[in-house]
Amino acid sequence: MINLVIQVSRYLIIILMALYTLQSYTVFRRTSSRAKEYVFLRQNISMFFIHFIAFAVLFLETMEIQILVFYGAQVIYLAATLVFFRNLYPKASKLLINNMCMLMTIGFIMITRLSYDQSIKQFKIAVAGTILALIIPLIIRKLQVITKMTWAYAFVGIGLLGLVFVAARVTNGAKLALNIGGFSFQASEFVKIVFVFAVAGLLSEARDLRRIVIATGLAAVHVLILVISTDLGSALIFFITYLVMLFVATRNPFLVLAGLLAGAVAAVVAYFRFSHVKVRVEVWLHPFDDYANKGYQICQSLFSIGAGGWLGTGLYQGSPGAIPYAQQDFMFSAITEELGGIFSICLILVCMSCFIMFINIAMKLTNRFYRLVALGLGTTYAMQVFLTVGGGMKMIPLTGVTLPLVSYGGSSVLSTLIMFAIVQGLYMLRRDEEEKDDEKRFKEFQQNQGPRDPSGFGNPGGQY
Amino acid sequence: MTYVFAFMFLLMAGYLIYFNVVKRDEINANANNTKQDSQSDKIIRGSIVTDDGTVLASTSVNSDGTETRTYPYENVFAHVVGYASNGKAGLEAAANYDLMTSHSSLLNQIKNGENNEKIKGDNVVVTLNPVIQQAAYYALGSYKGAVVVMEPDSGKILAMVSKPDFNPNTISEEWETMVSDDTNSSLLNRAAQGLYPPGSTFKILTTLAYLQQNNDIYSGFSFDCTGSLTQNDVTITCYNGNVHGAEDLKTAFAHSCNTAFANIGLNLDNGAFRKLAEKFLFNNSLPTSLTHSDSVFKLDKDTSYGEVMTTAIGQGDTLVTPLHMALITSTVANGGIMMTPYYVERIETYDGDVVSETRPSAYKELMSTQEAGILTDFMKETVNSGTGTALSYSGYSVAGKTGSAEYETNGVTGTHSWFVGFSNVDDPDIVVAVIAEDGGTGSQTAVPIAKAIFDAYYNAGY
Repeated sequence: MINLVIQVSRYLIIILMALYTLQSYTVFRRTSSRAKEYVFLRQNISMFFIHFIAFAVLFLETMEIQILVFYGAQVIYLAATLVFFRNLYPKASKLLINNMCMLMTIGFIMITRLSYDQSIKQFKIAVAGTILALIIPLIIRKLQVITKMTWAYAFVGIGLLGLVFVAARVTNGAKLALNIGGFSFQASEFVKIVFVFAVAGLLSEARDLRRIVIATGLAAVHVLILVISTDLGSALIFFITYLVMLFVATRNPFLVLAGLLAGAVAAVVAYFRFSHVKVRVEVWLHPFDDYANKGYQICQSLFSIGAGGWLGTGLYQGSPGAIPYAQQDFMFSAITEELGGIFSICLILVCMSCFIMFINIAMKLTNRFYRLVALGLGTTYAMQVFLTVGGGMKMIPLTGVTLPLVSYGGSSVLSTLIMFAIVQGLYMLRRDEEEKDDEKRFKEFQQNQGPRDPSGFGNPGGQY
Repeated sequence: MTYVFAFMFLLMAGYLIYFNVVKRDEINANANNTKQDSQSDKIIRGSIVTDDGTVLASTSVNSDGTETRTYPYENVFAHVVGYASNGKAGLEAAANYDLMTSHSSLLNQIKNGENNEKIKGDNVVVTLNPVIQQAAYYALGSYKGAVVVMEPDSGKILAMVSKPDFNPNTISEEWETMVSDDTNSSLLNRAAQGLYPPGSTFKILTTLAYLQQNNDIYSGFSFDCTGSLTQNDVTITCYNGNVHGAEDLKTAFAHSCNTAFANIGLNLDNGAFRKLAEKFLFNNSLPTSLTHSDSVFKLDKDTSYGEVMTTAIGQGDTLVTPLHMALITSTVANGGIMMTPYYVERIETYDGDVVSETRPSAYKELMSTQEAGILTDFMKETVNSGTGTALSYSGYSVAGKTGSAEYETNGVTGTHSWFVGFSNVDDPDIVVAVIAEDGGTGSQTAVPIAKAIFDAYYNAGY
């Protein structure tokens, strides 16, 4: 019986995930807000079903009561997140909230499967992060001063990275973290956000050469510290994010081309100058040459994806734990092994849906600072997904970054939740503006139409 | 900008699809991939069987639930079939994924799962022929060395023997002694991994180089063999001090005249010779997933005359695997087209449904039909009047080339005995490549071994 349940669950999870993904895109076709609301609710139903089925399998496989308790806690958390966001911020983007919850659900399932203890840790941080995320939109709306603190951001960003570089201990030979009270603090995850704010502040006020030089210098310092700290993934994310923001702010393609050229030169220099860069590239080109040592991780990742195929092995039927640091850096491969390639393609598309929402919001913002912030955050998100997914599949060299909201890692989850909340805050600002415009138009309309209104026809504006 | 990033996401999805369609099989079959081993509590390892149903390896479940892998032919198929414990080798390693995967219907799988029974993994059907394999195994006798038998027009490998060998049934017990013994290296599949000097069998390629550099015209070639050829300080002698006298290219080839070929070597364009050798996959990997060594050809345009002369007669730094020699011979037999060698005929579910099938495929056309015809004619002459006459007067026709490859390792010298050739010259049936280490001349040892294999093939009525 258990076997039958597990077999059927594989297919059900894939179907539900495909349905959810499809709805993330078809929802834009609906015009009435009620129809949209209905689609969003159906997405939630899919999500809770996937969550339920997956945890049923996890329970059947382990027969541990604590899994059931944990499942209950997660359901309450997910439901509360959805309810609170919707009620506190009725103007928030529901698609983005749904996607956020969906990605965390996938993360909870897979981390619980890989390590129950880590999943508990992750859950606690997610709860704390969500509470924080619930306040952020409010701050964005009320505190205009955040647009004026450019130098504070720059100072905090470089200070944190510098501090990490000087004082940090090396973990896993590559990534640098600060240890604060037993909590390993991955500074670069947070500096990403602060960096975007700093660059937005610099580039939104004026576009003269002096500003551009200062902004470029600031970006260069960030990137350099990261490269020296051997955190190549973050360095690349910062670099590309800066170029995108520069392009949007100046609309000057030559600057971006020059930047890309400089980046290419720097990459070549780094390849010959730093052995860890060279090693990454060589492992990417010939992973099996040094299978037992340097190539081991990426080879295991490929074996995982290969073992999964289209449909996956089913939860607990594969061995994704064979990839070193699967929970952090190879979540995508682990998911592909047990939940299947089709599921993973859907996962990529859900991430893309998040990105499109980020950009969609950015494009409609009129305030240059907010607009650059939304764009910058969208770019860091897209780059991070690209580096970890592409790296795990050996499409590009491995850089060891997390899959936002899905991978295990307190700093990663926390910073991504903050990032999503900031974008939600910006989305609401935009809708506030729209509303103000509407009211203004309505008042003008009333003033113009008012005197000529025949009495007894009521208020024509009532239909708004 | 947005489109660039959206494209990036779609690229990732596309790459995952590409991975599944194109690269997945290769990754799953990788020798380091132990993913399928985790299936062992659900799947009983499939069998390795031949096309006529002979079982070469199978797993039986004992009453206490433990499993035993049995190899009914013991040492005969040792290297090619390999072993599944103490690491994996041979087909057991290469087809591990298939053996540990079940493509039987979902219904069957669920039914088995319900009864808490393990599912039988897929069976691997091989092209190996038990009759020929056994003939080759016993013909090689107590010589160290290897035999490869294949079908030139399909690339099917019919037999692959390597000696010294081992008994895969008892490999766990004998593991320690075998691994510590480096004089025999019994675990090494000499047929695909053993690198030997090709000796005179290499004259096939030297002749081809001559033909290609002379517009396929060889009527102008004449040489007067005095038994030795000296260029400054280097002297090449014919085997056993034989003096062959006046000869044309065909007789020089048939008598395996070293001095004539050393002379040819001196007149060849070395760069073009190297290109030809590399086209024939020297210094390259052979087109097969079978674990093998890459053959070595070192000549280039700056090489000194001494090295040039020895290379032309198959000595020097040139090294070749028996499988590679079999492929080169197959190319001649198949009118110049090398077929991709294979030994997995198809994968079947345990109840006989075909999962996948290997179709013969051409690797490349490596010489013209005309050149293949000339080489065939020369090799036929070798059997009729040259060094391979022991193979004439059989019920079948044979074209071939012998080799006596002299070697020196750590001051010890000796001669390996080679033969490569094919039978039923007008429409070739099988190619045989034999090497017997320290077997002396080709005619002495390798030719009789090849004859035994050809005889077995035709006596079996194929």
